[in-house]
Amino acid sequence: MKDSIVQKITAQFPSSIVSVNEYRGELTILVKKQDIAKICSMLKGDNDLCFDSMRDLCGADYHRPDERFEVIYNLYSLKNHFRLRLKVRVEEQDLHVPTVTGVWKTANWHERETYDMFGILFDGHPDMRRIYMPEQFEHFPLRKDFPLMGIPGSLSLPHK
Amino acid sequence: MELERSGDSFLTSKVDEIIGWARKNSLWPMPMGISCCAIEMMSFAGPRYDVSRFGSEAFRFSPRQSDLMIVAGTVTYKMSHVVRKIYDQMPDPKWVIAMGACTSSGGMYRSYSVVQGIDQFIPVDVYVAGCPPRPDNLLKGLMEIQKKIARGEKPGQSEKIYIQESVAR
Amino acid sequence: MNSAPIDSKDKILYALENQDTTVTFDDPLENEMVLNMGPQHPATHGVLRLLVRLDGETIVSTVPDLGYLHRGYEKLAENMSYHEFIPHTDRLDYLSPLANNVAYVLAVEKLAGIEVTPRAQYIRVICCELARLASHLVWIGTMAMDVGAVTVLLWGFREREKIQDIWDLLTGVRFTTSFTRVGGLAQDISPETISAIKTFLEQFPASLDECENVLIKNRIFIDRCEGIGYLSKEDTIDYGVTGPLLRAAGVDHDLRRDQPYLVYDQLEFDVPVYYDCDVLSRFYVRIAEMRESYRILRQALDRLPSGLINTGNPKRILPKKERTYGKMEELIHDFMLVNFGINPPIGEVYQAIEASKGELGFYLVSHGEGYPWRLKIRSPSFVNLQALPPMLKGGMISDVVAVIGSVDPVMGEADK
Repeated sequence: MKDSIVQKITAQFPSSIVSVNEYRGELTILVKKQDIAKICSMLKGDNDLCFDSMRDLCGADYHRPDERFEVIYNLYSLKNHFRLRLKVRVEEQDLHVPTVTGVWKTANWHERETYDMFGILFDGHPDMRRIYMPEQFEHFPLRKDFPLMGIPGSLSLPHK
Repeated sequence: MELERSGDSFLTSKVDEIIGWARKNSLWPMPMGISCCAIEMMSFAGPRYDVSRFGSEAFRFSPRQSDLMIVAGTVTYKMSHVVRKIYDQMPDPKWVIAMGACTSSGGMYRSYSVVQGIDQFIPVDVYVAGCPPRPDNLLKGLMEIQKKIARGEKPGQSEKIYIQESVAR
Repeated sequence: MNSAPIDSKDKILYALENQDTTVTFDDPLENEMVLNMGPQHPATHGVLRLLVRLDGETIVSTVPDLGYLHRGYEKLAENMSYHEFIPHTDRLDYLSPLANNVAYVLAVEKLAGIEVTPRAQYIRVICCELARLASHLVWIGTMAMDVGAVTVLLWGFREREKIQDIWDLLTGVRFTTSFTRVGGLAQDISPETISAIKTFLEQFPASLDECENVLIKNRIFIDRCEGIGYLSKEDTIDYGVTGPLLRAAGVDHDLRRDQPYLVYDQLEFDVPVYYDCDVLSRFYVRIAEMRESYRILRQALDRLPSGLINTGNPKRILPKKERTYGKMEELIHDFMLVNFGINPPIGEVYQAIEASKGELGFYLVSHGEGYPWRLKIRSPSFVNLQALPPMLKGGMISDVVAVIGSVDPVMGEADK
């Protein structure tokens, strides 16, 4: 199962896979960010693999000088009872990733949450706005340079 | 309440005390149930720790019909405007119980989006500690407010009461 | 509200007005109204704000607004060790706190490669199923109260008080338990607790039948629930919805059977599946799940093996507190584990369990230190709420409450 996934992706998108990793029985594939939407729709539409359910989409801040952020996609196949993880790396200067809302509708709110917490924009998303923090909040809380206690004055309180 | 028997079928007392007795035995709470403390507040109104024996059976969700607001749950900055708006809509005299650690001081959430204590924007009368407090402790908080009403104190300006020790078992 | 921003109102209304409105009606009044079911509402199960665009009494479109309980869990987790985060996991799905503890600890053990003893695994199964029963008892109470039957709320809470007494005996706390530890549990189960669980289980099926018979033979309840909140099977899978909503749409999926964790592969239970995709079939699914939990609890109690709770690996698992006061090695290990943490190897892991609302998953990234580098909580209520607008479209305003009751969101985990 794991080999057939890697083979199929390599067959259709020969230069997209950057690395394949396996840890504690879970397969993780790092791909280039331009091809992520096409790879996802191929994985969903394939009759053998059939990854029809995306369970999670999140971001992570690795605080590296190059390719600072990562976006992680956790997929699940209801037919084969198999989990897969796809990752893409995003640079700080170019915070745009193609959206996968056209493949799975559940990506809508997950991508909004990733934008709210990290500032990563998803091209083609129908409704890109904040979901947890108030609209006029200017910072991105889960980045490593945002302090835990917040920045004083960034959120307003009512008067006593 | 001081009553004097004078002759047959007469009781005399002061008007303030009769009004205070009526007010304290019919406190209608408005449950501002936000998170986990709200579930303990539901069991406080449930069959075992019955609050209707204190006269507070009618949990009015409309602020215009209530006189006690029990804030139960973590108040974030986004929610604080809503809590303040509801507090402003309640008619006087209005009392506030801060239930749980999150409303008293921010609780275990020392983070960017949680208000570290609701007394930053609302005057509070009784603080009930616990995470979540047992319903017995919340009943003790309710009884302290009843004592304050019986003494004729004004809401928001009287001495703050902190319920900390465990009452149960 | 003089401190309200202008931008947020405009952006939300813009999203509301621009939704696809292919529903048309011949209404001579031709007036549309935007109704705000605000964060403080008796029936929205917590602080959920719904903006509803109405054409008379018919719903044209809906936009949920979250974030009123956003406490910053993921940022907090990056600043504390793995053990310190366990009390925070209680407050996620606060109706079933033991299940969240088990899910988080399973993820950390998978990351660090720690094995757990069979006795601890069986006790964790008992905890998960009791948590599922407690959560579904609150669900049946609040959903019936929203639809109009207030009696069932008090009966549900009466049963839940008995489960909370069991938790009091087992863990020491009524509600937010923090019972599991990395590598085992906080303390062992005593014979008194086992007999209390057995006493509870003997009278539980009769109480459940009582609650159920009040509702399913009631014409009003069935009329209010049948055919409401329809979401097709393909949409349910596409929106990532899991849990009882997925099983009420005809998909035979349960993580306890398909990707077994703990000792579920050794226990016998059925997975109830209904095919109508509406509020009434979700009701039937949850009642049947309660009966299956009863079966699992019976089997787990009968097969509970004897043995230790923790394997005693001193570099990873906290030693017993009494021994740290007398022995030198335990004191050193306790100090190192509390101050510097477990230090799992570098890697990432995703572990999910079947919680009462759906699939609760934890995604952990470790860089070899005592604190996690990234913790992501995949909460089922957050994803289930995303499927709310298509369920409500075209329905009446009075059905909103019944549909939200069937989705059963808990805002503590939806807002994290």
